[in-house]
Amino acid sequence: MTISIDPQKTNNESLQPKGWLRYFSFSLDHKVIGIQYLVCGFLFYLIGGTLASAIRIELASPMSDFMPRDVYNQVLTLHGTIMIFLWIVPVVNGAFGNYLIPFYVGARDMAFPRLNAVAFWLIPPSGLMLVASYFVEGAAQAGWTAYPPLSITTPQSGQIIWILSVLLLGGSSIFGGINFIATIIKLRRPGLKLMQLPMYCWAMLGTSLLVVLSTPVLAGTLILLSFDIIANTGFFNPVLGGNVVVYQHLFWFYSHPAVYIMVLPAFGLVSEILPVHARKPLFGYTTMVFSIMGIVVLGLVVWAHHMFTSGTPPWMRLFFTIATAFIAVPTGIKFFNWVATLWGGKISINSAMLFSCGFIINFVFGGITGVALAQVPFDIHVHDTYFVVAHFHYIVYGGTVFIIFSSIYHWFPKVTGKMLNKKLGILHFIITFIGFNLCFAPQHWLGLNGMPRRVAEYDPQFQFVNQISSLGALLMAISTIPFLINVFLSVRNGKNAGDNPWNALTPEWLTSSPPPVENWKGEAPLVEEPYGYGKEISEQK
Amino acid sequence: MLNKKIYLILIISLVFAISFWIGFNVNLLPAEASINAPIYDELFKILFIIGLIIFIGMTIAVIYSLFKFRKRNDQIGDGIALEGNLSLEIVWTIIPSIIVLLIGLYSYNIYDRMGGMKELNHNHEMMSSNTEKIWAGISQTSDNEIAINNLSVEVSAMQFAFLFNYPNGNFISGELHVPVDQKVSMKMESKDVIHAFWVPEFRIKQDIIPGQPTILNFTPTKVGKYPIICAELCGPYHGGMRASIIVEEESDYNEWFNKNKKPEVNL
Repeated sequence: MTISIDPQKTNNESLQPKGWLRYFSFSLDHKVIGIQYLVCGFLFYLIGGTLASAIRIELASPMSDFMPRDVYNQVLTLHGTIMIFLWIVPVVNGAFGNYLIPFYVGARDMAFPRLNAVAFWLIPPSGLMLVASYFVEGAAQAGWTAYPPLSITTPQSGQIIWILSVLLLGGSSIFGGINFIATIIKLRRPGLKLMQLPMYCWAMLGTSLLVVLSTPVLAGTLILLSFDIIANTGFFNPVLGGNVVVYQHLFWFYSHPAVYIMVLPAFGLVSEILPVHARKPLFGYTTMVFSIMGIVVLGLVVWAHHMFTSGTPPWMRLFFTIATAFIAVPTGIKFFNWVATLWGGKISINSAMLFSCGFIINFVFGGITGVALAQVPFDIHVHDTYFVVAHFHYIVYGGTVFIIFSSIYHWFPKVTGKMLNKKLGILHFIITFIGFNLCFAPQHWLGLNGMPRRVAEYDPQFQFVNQISSLGALLMAISTIPFLINVFLSVRNGKNAGDNPWNALTPEWLTSSPPPVENWKGEAPLVEEPYGYGKEISEQK
Repeated sequence: MLNKKIYLILIISLVFAISFWIGFNVNLLPAEASINAPIYDELFKILFIIGLIIFIGMTIAVIYSLFKFRKRNDQIGDGIALEGNLSLEIVWTIIPSIIVLLIGLYSYNIYDRMGGMKELNHNHEMMSSNTEKIWAGISQTSDNEIAINNLSVEVSAMQFAFLFNYPNGNFISGELHVPVDQKVSMKMESKDVIHAFWVPEFRIKQDIIPGQPTILNFTPTKVGKYPIICAELCGPYHGGMRASIIVEEESDYNEWFNKNKKPEVNL
């Protein structure tokens, strides 16, 4: 379906397919690419969710009876890898970043449109390759962390395909990161100052810096790992004198910042959504900017807190405790500012608002267990248990995925020109919120009381609590039904949204819905106060 | 205005009271069976209470705002154009910083009391003849340094079992037997992939790594049988990789030890 592009003629609109076909083409339009990222990510979310359901079915009984043990390990490896590299990272960065950043800086497209399309089109093949590796010799089964020597000794083809796939996805992520930095720094409309940018730009600038600084380290590490697997080198293979702990350091040097790569864009998105629906300026803009940059700097020096029970000496354990705990300070500032943004507003209770508030509550909970986990003596007991599983699902699902849904409800009218149904949206929120907490809150107790993670069988005393958790997972699976119905019905027969249904002030709302190619019919507007609610500029609208 | 302040103080004290009540009355942890366990539980309780105060406080603030500041049907226009408040920002930067710093210092103290900051050595006698590098682990607990009886065990882990070598008795066991109230010093190494040694009732865990010996010291305080759980993904049967630690009275332990003891073989 892709079409060949003559560099001389790419500005000629007639060469690009029209209608739904353009979503299957090598389109250079940042809005098309954004939607490609979102829909592709959502399809992988459904696959990852199916794998999660398989895990919860297996864990509904203490015996390993639903699938073979090695298949269970493949399922948990693919679940983690797909959810991180094919759903959350591409969607909060690629989808919303591509759609929104050019509007926010007042540009007609991203700085490098072709690189942008390449970055997207790396994702479907590597994702399909990863899923298809199951049919070769079994998929990778060493967990998404792929710790050697396990990853060296398990069946090789699955592990090698996993490495290739993650390398391609990492490349896509780096291309995206470079593009966002260039767009935000260099493509700003004349007259638009950095400190006037909507908060999502700052979040994406910080995130992209993390992507560009840390992803190459992961790539290098995985290349070394693949040498160990294919060419019998001994970088991480203890039999040949390699050091397995070095792998963990290198891996987490990327994969801890990866948490912020998944979470910072969500912080940016919620900063766009709350002011609009609370009808109030974003509270504390400057401190929000500084706290993002604080998280970026601190986020690079905390990786070893994933290794407190590994081969780390005491002094290292202590340094990483303090550094990690201090991330709570800039993060806390952001949460206090969001609550202060709500305070005294005129809040519309709608799907986007509810998902954002659900995000605040879930993330505060995950943040608190995070500060506890940062303390070495606390972590030594619960490391690699279901407590950790619960903690990071509160961060990435209760946090980021809630914001992805919130953002879909918020920007759907802009993208399609149609409103989503509010009642179905609120139903979606209620089932998701209850299901999520039912699924993951009990897992804290499981971890504290002796259930390790990544197991297919467990002590029968934990069966009842595991069944509650599986019931929660069932609700989470059901919650996608009203969402999908809502999207399909609204795309076909939704109420017309008009250009600016929320009366928002950020630049993407100052054009038609859906926006035209190159974003504005005339010149890009200069938005000096994207959060000027309650002021004259807002009253005039 | 005064009324509002009274309500605020009332709500804050209620949040504190509820958090303290839950913190002291809800036990989320398994039995305490080592010297480390009560120290750990002390830290847990403090973190649990602070966490509850913050979580309940923030949740109330969000739900209250949604209710109190919701847009009524007859309302038009925006909320107040409040863009920030520097003194508030300073307050909620400094107070969390102090809390985080205090928690950090406190957990340093806890870690020190657990023996985490001690120089890593397996056994004083063995160290003199053996200069092998110990990479990580938890050393002796400080309260217990006088203990003379020091049981040394060498742990080797493999897919999917733990083996416990008693060098003094020259035998290997699949169950870890230890006498109650005596310090146990373990040197651990893996034969294949990374495993981990975890006893939830002891609140201790340490990875067992191929090529890098680690150590773990503990003092059991309660007679009983506890699970030893592998906590690092190690292959298909990872979930089944478990062993037992049997803490028994010294006389029972000696009986077991003498029954299994083998004479030293001199080649």
